[in-house]
Amino acid sequence: MSSATITPAATPAASATTPAPRPYLGAHALCEALIREGVDLIFGYPGGAVIPLYDVLPSYEPQLRHILVRHEQWAGHAAEGYARATGKVGVCLATSGPGATNFVTAIADAMLDSTPLVAITGQVGLPMIGKDAFQEVDIIGVTLPITKHSFQIERVADIPRVVAEAFHLARSGRPGPVLIDIPKTTIVAPTTPSAGYQVELPGYRPTMNGNMGQIKAAAKLIAQAQKPVVMAGHGIAISGAMEELQAFVEKADLPVAFTLHGLGTLPASHPNAIGFMGMHGHAHVNRAIDECDLLITVGARFDDRATGRTDMFAPKATVIHIDIDPAEIGKNVRVDVPIVGDAKRVLARLAEVVKPAERGEWRAAIDRWKIAPPVPEFSADEPGISPFKVIAALRAATKGEAIITSDVGQHQMWAAQWGAYEAPNRWISSGGAGTMGFGLPAAMGAKVGCPDTEVWAICGDGGVQMSLPELSTIATENIPVKLMILNNGYLGMVRQWQQLFHGGNYAHTPIGAPDFVKIAEAYGILGLRAERPEEVWSVIEQARAATGPVLVEFRINPEENVYPMVAPGAANSQMIEGDPSAVE
Amino acid sequence: MAVALNKPGGTSEHTLSVLVDDQPGVLNRVASLLRRRRFNVDSLNVGASEQPGLSRMTIALHGDDAETEQAVKQLYKLLEVRKVTDLSNERLISRELALIKVAASEDTRTQIREIAEMFNARIADVAPRSLVVEAVGSVARIDSLLDMLRGYGIKEIARTGRVAVARGVSGDN
Repeated sequence: MSSATITPAATPAASATTPAPRPYLGAHALCEALIREGVDLIFGYPGGAVIPLYDVLPSYEPQLRHILVRHEQWAGHAAEGYARATGKVGVCLATSGPGATNFVTAIADAMLDSTPLVAITGQVGLPMIGKDAFQEVDIIGVTLPITKHSFQIERVADIPRVVAEAFHLARSGRPGPVLIDIPKTTIVAPTTPSAGYQVELPGYRPTMNGNMGQIKAAAKLIAQAQKPVVMAGHGIAISGAMEELQAFVEKADLPVAFTLHGLGTLPASHPNAIGFMGMHGHAHVNRAIDECDLLITVGARFDDRATGRTDMFAPKATVIHIDIDPAEIGKNVRVDVPIVGDAKRVLARLAEVVKPAERGEWRAAIDRWKIAPPVPEFSADEPGISPFKVIAALRAATKGEAIITSDVGQHQMWAAQWGAYEAPNRWISSGGAGTMGFGLPAAMGAKVGCPDTEVWAICGDGGVQMSLPELSTIATENIPVKLMILNNGYLGMVRQWQQLFHGGNYAHTPIGAPDFVKIAEAYGILGLRAERPEEVWSVIEQARAATGPVLVEFRINPEENVYPMVAPGAANSQMIEGDPSAVE
Repeated sequence: MAVALNKPGGTSEHTLSVLVDDQPGVLNRVASLLRRRRFNVDSLNVGASEQPGLSRMTIALHGDDAETEQAVKQLYKLLEVRKVTDLSNERLISRELALIKVAASEDTRTQIREIAEMFNARIADVAPRSLVVEAVGSVARIDSLLDMLRGYGIKEIARTGRVAVARGVSGDN
């Protein structure tokens, strides 16, 4: 948030005279500390308290690239998208006051999805703190419950230590957002260059190696189990335990169900991958969990959208829970064998000690419950465009090699159900927070982080209108993301709940939208639209062929629902599998 | 959540002794966490510990065993928290200090002093129309003292909440 009106200008003309050597300030120390942490990209927005930081930032470019967004929230989600796609820490920068508070949703999102994020906020000068100064907000206080940790740097000499600690905290253990609040007085204080700082945090020692006795106990239960299921979560992706998971489940021949963020931790094409679980999970997957006698949960926190009613979740199962965060053990469901540790290390040991097994019969039983996935074939005879077939078409076209980000709602669930992800960083979605508008900025961050990978944002017409101004960033910086809008004219998921559980009272869910193709054109990017089923494939192919950013709108069936569905508060075994008239 | 977890025994009182870094904002972080997760705190007390740079908090809360275990684990996630001991499972000494200002006249002053003596409490201040009783004891004992004094007219109460340590064991120096 700028504190003054700034006329956009071209690169300032270089001074004719040789400038006097500039003093080394906190701003320099901050930029150099970021570079030491491997930061090459900041999504940010300038304003009063950080003008002196922006004064020195260009001298570190292009090593430290800064991308100017159009609103700080989207800087936060862009940094999250970058982090999730690359596995590195995402960085976002804002000024004090409203700039900082605009970060709040992104910080909460990163907290709930264990995303490594360092959010840097300017602050009014130290003598002004507590005086309700212009653009002063207690952002440390505001974000206390939604950060892994937070710092306010009072002394300029502390910058190297705080930055080193912040990055260590953000990326290690169970990752999360760390806030660095830096008063203007610290930014402008003279200091000296630092060689770095060795992090020592006696109050922070994540348990990495699982207890071997517990691991052996787990292996014994697995050997005895008749119908075991692995519940694979985000923790596997975070610790990079995909190979270990695969070795483990192949050796013990275990079927693998995925949470929303666990999708892709075992390739969808792998014979042991059974599919997506939870409120909108595949029916056969929820049924497998309902039937299983042993549930091996790895790096997941038993979120209510994954479990449904917890007292009826996996009712016949003994539960093994592997997680790096001890507070997740026993938080939501009863656990029989807890193993606190890093998924990669624990799974490697578990794979060593587990007995080889063949469970063809159990896996075949699960396969028999499967319904056929949608076939991406479209004909002019269909009444309209089926959104899940669009997802299937995109999957077929990209062969699962594209990075897909999403907003929140129906399109997200269709993308989770039918995206068939081959790797976890191919699917980037706001899970815990369920943040609308996440998809477009996350795609922007993912694309900058992985420039050689095709990146698609899948959004609804509601969510995309929240972050639409970022098309300006995408156009200005020429970030070639492909934006898919599944337009049904509704806030679709809320409408679905209204239809199923509120007697069809569509209160404030029909939502207007601009002409998205014209919007794209106004930003100077390619805009495409498919209004009929027979246009879907050609539009996808045109979008894939585009070298620059592209927006593609699909006019989908307005009242298409996401099935299967577990009603809120119901058990996963009580799925609504189709047509709402059947349940009314 | 409630139905999915084993919660034998229902709620009971728990006393957590928490060693924390003596840094600005620590109390804020602990209090924020306890509020955010809806733990039922009866009292929270903070003061210097035996180690320089570390403070000791005594958090009295009530909840079942699963909730208390969650509280302990969540506290450990705070960077400034070094050690959490659930004293509920140990033999502990716990004390609270209370300052009680009681209405007193010439007629009642002696009676109040006798009650105070029975509780090993002392009179910290004497004024024409009031007395301040200073009492140290278990929470239950302070409650009993207050019951005894209530009839005289209590003008003001300040209680510290309980502080606690584990009892020594034989062979312990």
